[in-house]
Amino acid sequence: MGRYLVQRVFYMVITLFLITSLTFFLMKIIPGTPFASANKLSPAQMEIMKAKYGLDEPVPVQYAKYIGNVVTGDFGISFQFSNRPVSELIVKRMGPSAQLGFQAMFIGTIIGIFLGVIAALRQNTWVDYGATFLAVLGKAVPSFVFAGLLQYFVGVKLGLLPVLFWKGFEYTILPTIALAIFPIAITARFMRTEMIDVLSSDYITLAKAKGASYFEIAFKHALRNALIPVITVLGPLFVSLMTGSLVIEKIFAIPGIGEQFVTSITLNDYPVIMGTTILYAALFVVIILIVDILYGIIDPRIRVSGGKK
Amino acid sequence: MKKSKYSLLLVLTLVFSLILAACSGGNEGADNSKEEENNAASDVPQEFKMLDSSEIPTMDTVLAEGSTSFTYIGNVGEGLYRLDKDGKPVPAMSDGEPKVNDDKTVFTFTLRDAKWSNGDPVTAQDFVFAWQRAIDPKTASPYGPYMMGGKIKGAAEITQAGADKKEYDLNTLGVKAIDDKTLEVTLEKPVVYWEDLFAFPTFYPQNQKFVEEKGEAFASNAENLLYNGPFKMTKWEGTDAQEWVLEKNPDYWDAENVKMEKITVNVVKDSGSAVNAFEAGETDMTGLLSSDLVPQYEGDERMMSWLDASVFWLKMNQKNEALANVNIRKAIAMAFNKEDLATSILSNGSVPANYMVPKEFVNLDGKDFREANGDMLVYNVEEAKKHWEAGLKELGKTELTIRYLGGDTEASKKIDAYMKNQLETNLEGLTVELESVPFAVRLERDNAMDYDLQMAGWGPDYGNAISFADLWVTNGGSNRMGYTNEKYDELIKKAQGELATKPKENFEALQEAERILLEEDAGIAPVYQRASNILINPNLKGLVEYQYGPDYSFKWMTMQGE
Repeated sequence: MGRYLVQRVFYMVITLFLITSLTFFLMKIIPGTPFASANKLSPAQMEIMKAKYGLDEPVPVQYAKYIGNVVTGDFGISFQFSNRPVSELIVKRMGPSAQLGFQAMFIGTIIGIFLGVIAALRQNTWVDYGATFLAVLGKAVPSFVFAGLLQYFVGVKLGLLPVLFWKGFEYTILPTIALAIFPIAITARFMRTEMIDVLSSDYITLAKAKGASYFEIAFKHALRNALIPVITVLGPLFVSLMTGSLVIEKIFAIPGIGEQFVTSITLNDYPVIMGTTILYAALFVVIILIVDILYGIIDPRIRVSGGKK
Repeated sequence: MKKSKYSLLLVLTLVFSLILAACSGGNEGADNSKEEENNAASDVPQEFKMLDSSEIPTMDTVLAEGSTSFTYIGNVGEGLYRLDKDGKPVPAMSDGEPKVNDDKTVFTFTLRDAKWSNGDPVTAQDFVFAWQRAIDPKTASPYGPYMMGGKIKGAAEITQAGADKKEYDLNTLGVKAIDDKTLEVTLEKPVVYWEDLFAFPTFYPQNQKFVEEKGEAFASNAENLLYNGPFKMTKWEGTDAQEWVLEKNPDYWDAENVKMEKITVNVVKDSGSAVNAFEAGETDMTGLLSSDLVPQYEGDERMMSWLDASVFWLKMNQKNEALANVNIRKAIAMAFNKEDLATSILSNGSVPANYMVPKEFVNLDGKDFREANGDMLVYNVEEAKKHWEAGLKELGKTELTIRYLGGDTEASKKIDAYMKNQLETNLEGLTVELESVPFAVRLERDNAMDYDLQMAGWGPDYGNAISFADLWVTNGGSNRMGYTNEKYDELIKKAQGELATKPKENFEALQEAERILLEEDAGIAPVYQRASNILINPNLKGLVEYQYGPDYSFKWMTMQGE
């Protein structure tokens, strides 16, 4: 196990390096100016501004400098927010996004698994159809529609919860629900398919024949096996939720990283684009590693090993 | 179709709200407390909450380049002059009018007794320091060289030296502290709008000792700033802060005329959400409304609307062979229905523009610039067709394909699609290729002159028609469409030179220049003049909105009872 981990971490570092390099060069190809007042700058001013941000040097030199800085933990200064170190910006913005993502994931998987399981157990009944309908709806309707409706009806009309902002737990409820719709839908659909599959396998029939209780069969024998493919989907889904949602953050005025990332791309704020990409990539490889380890815990047939033959 | 989908969603929402109702509760108090506040009419707290659509990119006066920065800097700081309730520059840090030499190039200001929020006096040296910092190539300020170049003596030379990586001396900039209270400013040549210049945030003072002491940390949050304006910032965690608070500055020289005690600002980027927050009573004032939200508030006393001094037009790049032909340009400029565009597509109070210099922007003795110059390049399909045929004949072509560079927001895509349709319908043989790109890309391609037609707008930086007319001089910094006309250049040069001290002649020269640009040359195709709309609590009075520099002044605001 230890050896396996070391090997994995080594590959993770290489992956990150490749992603960083690729993004750097792709980003330089994106058209557009990072200067908001570019239509007012004289050529002389343009020279001065480029020199200040190190954009006057050839791209390979910029790249080498950037990688050197990143290794020492310096992610540069944001262009759009003057004097703001990128690392500080990301750390601050990451908090709300991560909390929201975590809450949505938590609610989403629990409700989703529950819906999927009861749909499978009551296959082809109205329970099944109802759950499937909800799942399809949740996947088909974009989250901003839910977000807008929740905000208007629950927030403005009923006045039950805060309309927007990020100032305490009650402020997180509406955005969490809006964001949870998608994971609910995904998990429910996967869960149902897997459960139906597992329930028709031989060992379940055997368990039934042995007289195991319905509850025991469903939750001890079937659920555990049905979860494996679901976990594969949940890993990446978790990352995408943790890293923020442009739409939800914008509608509920949440100072998150998702909105920030998209804005930085449209404004060509190079240091923020790079910093956020590296963070996303790092999160992603770590989650994938965790998912792989989880496989082994859930299904002992899957063994992680260091390749020792 | 649409309706049934909507009702489905409605049912679903109700289901969710039921779940929610079960697990929440206890927020009912919020709405009532607000009403109680209003009922206590005799002693209304002088505070309000407002929304802004973006963070403050910087509070450093010399680095500021956008209206959000200018707005808050303008409310917590003050320059030699300040825009008053009517948007006119009046002496502020300057104690009365300055002494001016006969050439109108040397201004001697006497400063009033004013204090920074740390108790230090505001001195002439503070101005010298800030202005030198703004022009210093090391600062790489976007607005410093832009506002000073060609106006303040020595500014352009310092910028050029910086670009060439040569030595420069900041003391060659035309600003000197004669003593603590006397400031001498030397201009390159007379500037007719000099009062606006000295009211602009780029020309605010900075306390040298404080700035140098803070170093990199200067202007990084509310504690690392000093204030000499009507308000001071008591909460602002930095450039990405989502909330900030302005409170009345008791040390401000004119504090007795500032009634508002506290302003809390929050960032909401989505216009629809801002409206929801307003309806829920969470804020007294929204940011600008996107145009789709405006019609539903038509006639509502809570909506405040005004005409901006921003004009949008099609730039026609004369590097393109077809657009170098004046008949083709005239045809394009007259071939789209601006009235319909303004009323049906924009539908937010924006008006069709048959001009370059906006309405209600500058006037001479009360007579609007527009009154004398009237409408030009009015929508006229017949005329457009005639010019089109003549132009095609001169080019020896029967059809043309022209690229059209526009924005990628929903609003601009709608406008651009309409423009394409109008031009292609009214001008036979014309194919318009739409290119929708983000703002940053449009600016870059404007710079590189990589477009044929471009939908672009301009808002002024000072209250004079030169802020617009200056754009189109040959090889001017913002021309970037290859327009050139000797007569035009001559007029602008005169307006900025010998006529700079003669308001009437200056005004007339600029009107003549506009006639040349539009009537003779159709250098640009004006489209519309923009209107702005916000929602505001009707009890909140005295908001002043400006056409250049800061968007608003809060100095004269009051909250009144029912």
